Amino acid sequence: MGSPTEPALLSLRSVIRIYGEGEAAVRALDGVDLDVQRGEIVAITGASGSGKSTAMSILGLLELPSGGEYRIEGVPVQGLAPDVLAALRNARFGFVFQTFQLLSRTSALENVQLPLIYAGMPARERLRRAAQALAAVGLAGREEAMPNQLSGGQQQRVAIARAVVNDPEVILADEPTGNLDSKTGAEILQLLQSLNRERGITVLMVTHDPGIAAQAPRQLVFRDGRIVGDERRAA
Amino acid sequence: MSLDTTGRLAFAALLRNKMRSMLTALGIVIGVAAVVTMQSMGEGATAYVGDAISGLGSNMLMAMPGASKGGMGHMTLGVPLFTMADMEALRHEAHLVRLVGAANSRQLRTVAGANNRTVNVAGVSPEYFEVRSWGVSEGRLPGPEDERQAATVCVVGKTVRDMLFEGQNPIGRELRVQNLTCRVVGQMEVKGATFGQDQDDIVFMPYSTFSRRIVGNDRVAVIFASAVEADRIDAAKDEVTAILRHRRHIPAGEDDDFAVTDPRQIQAVLQTVTVVLTALLAAVAAVSLLVGGIGIMNIMLVSVTERTREIGIRLAVGARGSDILMQFLVEAVVLSAAGGAIGIGVGLAAAWGVARSISIPYVVPTAALPLAFFVSLFIGVVFGVIPARKAARMNPLAALRWE
Repeated sequence: MGSPTEPALLSLRSVIRIYGEGEAAVRALDGVDLDVQRGEIVAITGASGSGKSTAMSILGLLELPSGGEYRIEGVPVQGLAPDVLAALRNARFGFVFQTFQLLSRTSALENVQLPLIYAGMPARERLRRAAQALAAVGLAGREEAMPNQLSGGQQQRVAIARAVVNDPEVILADEPTGNLDSKTGAEILQLLQSLNRERGITVLMVTHDPGIAAQAPRQLVFRDGRIVGDERRAA
Repeated sequence: MSLDTTGRLAFAALLRNKMRSMLTALGIVIGVAAVVTMQSMGEGATAYVGDAISGLGSNMLMAMPGASKGGMGHMTLGVPLFTMADMEALRHEAHLVRLVGAANSRQLRTVAGANNRTVNVAGVSPEYFEVRSWGVSEGRLPGPEDERQAATVCVVGKTVRDMLFEGQNPIGRELRVQNLTCRVVGQMEVKGATFGQDQDDIVFMPYSTFSRRIVGNDRVAVIFASAVEADRIDAAKDEVTAILRHRRHIPAGEDDDFAVTDPRQIQAVLQTVTVVLTALLAAVAAVSLLVGGIGIMNIMLVSVTERTREIGIRLAVGARGSDILMQFLVEAVVLSAAGGAIGIGVGLAAAWGVARSISIPYVVPTAALPLAFFVSLFIGVVFGVIPARKAARMNPLAALRWE
């Protein structure tokens, strides 16, 4: 955990996110304060519509807060140009989704290469890194497989390989085990834990499963757009 | 993202929907093919008209009875033909022309041995061959002596030799034209077809023979002459017109009841026809390209919507708006450029087919080909930019959640 003088890796202050306008306006986030230090594993729980997914989207720069402040290593992200946000997503964040979000009719290797393409990496280097990332998630030999030729667990491994191929600091996983059976889900969790342990990647993970959340060193609970619980488990 | 990567991405995306891509490009294919065909035919027709006109004999003037209506379309009914005296008058009085002669022709049944054929039979003064710079490849031309004597001699074109004399040397053989039997003394040089008419399917005989033995009177249907200088053709025409008006007793202020034409007029008329046809085809091509462009825009919009989630994924892993814009723009441009390239091939093939079937020279319009290609590229950009911008402006989160 970073030293007290260093700013938190990710820091939300009084963050508000409102969808819609006037009468129909919905406050998805209603004043969220959160600091995440480098190297943490954070599980986020809460009912549907409690704001946890919105918080993940804001942390991952997929959208911006309506109010309040979001800083990455002390640098506020509001007012950054869209291209800068894209570059930050590319270099610092990796996303893992419940529905995998792989490009269909596109090979595993090409899916994993995507972030490297937008990082402007030469093709040869891209291939090498993508193959390495696939091997690291246990999919060596399945480089040319299309998503529909892979099982759910394998597809999620491809997605994780894609999330880490560009050496991000943070993985944002939105219900990564939601579409998987419990055994496969456990394997995916182990994979995320090992990435945290071996490469120091910070992991934020939304989950519905109290059992999974309980394993995490830190657990956040969202309700009605606010954080109502923030517990650290003794290591 | 490098252009190379973007290009390969575009090809892969288009190949995933082969049938759709082909149908989308069809509008551009047709438009570009029309442009290329039109250009090839236009250039071919121009070259052809030039050749044909020079083949008629430079400086050649022709006087024909009938009211002149701006070059084409003569009204010949009820208008008196010329006389031999008119022709003599021109020979003596007109200073700006030389080689004045008479000509007349009819489609007549001709017989040689067991073969018969309806052929264009022309009676012409000896000067005719000099004016048209047309000689024999074998034997001799009918000369002034034949003209004076109204000798029963004739010369035949290559087609007549082939059809009536079965390809054998016709010289010395007899040819029956209606009731007249003439002796073949020569074969004309091969001219080929002009304006779709076989110039070698012809029999020439002296004008005197033709008018006395076939027509039965000495009225002159056409008087031809050669202007002494190419740049004084207009003056020569005026002179000929003035002499003929005087001889035909046309009062001042009344219209001519005959027309004096020169090949340049025919050329001008044909040029006008070519220009009109070219403009029409160009309009068709423009409409087709416009429709093709709209087709591309339509399909690209559909494609952008279909691939909303793909766009969301790309944005989430760090694609910038400009990367997405380029991706879809390059797809549209590849589509229309491929359409353009295929259209060039189709257009050249069509032009070749048309050139062969109407026997004009086949010209590859070298200047138009790169232009047509760049126009198709341009269409891809113009009609691709709206869908591409739609894609580039998507909200990453909304795009990811799109179903």
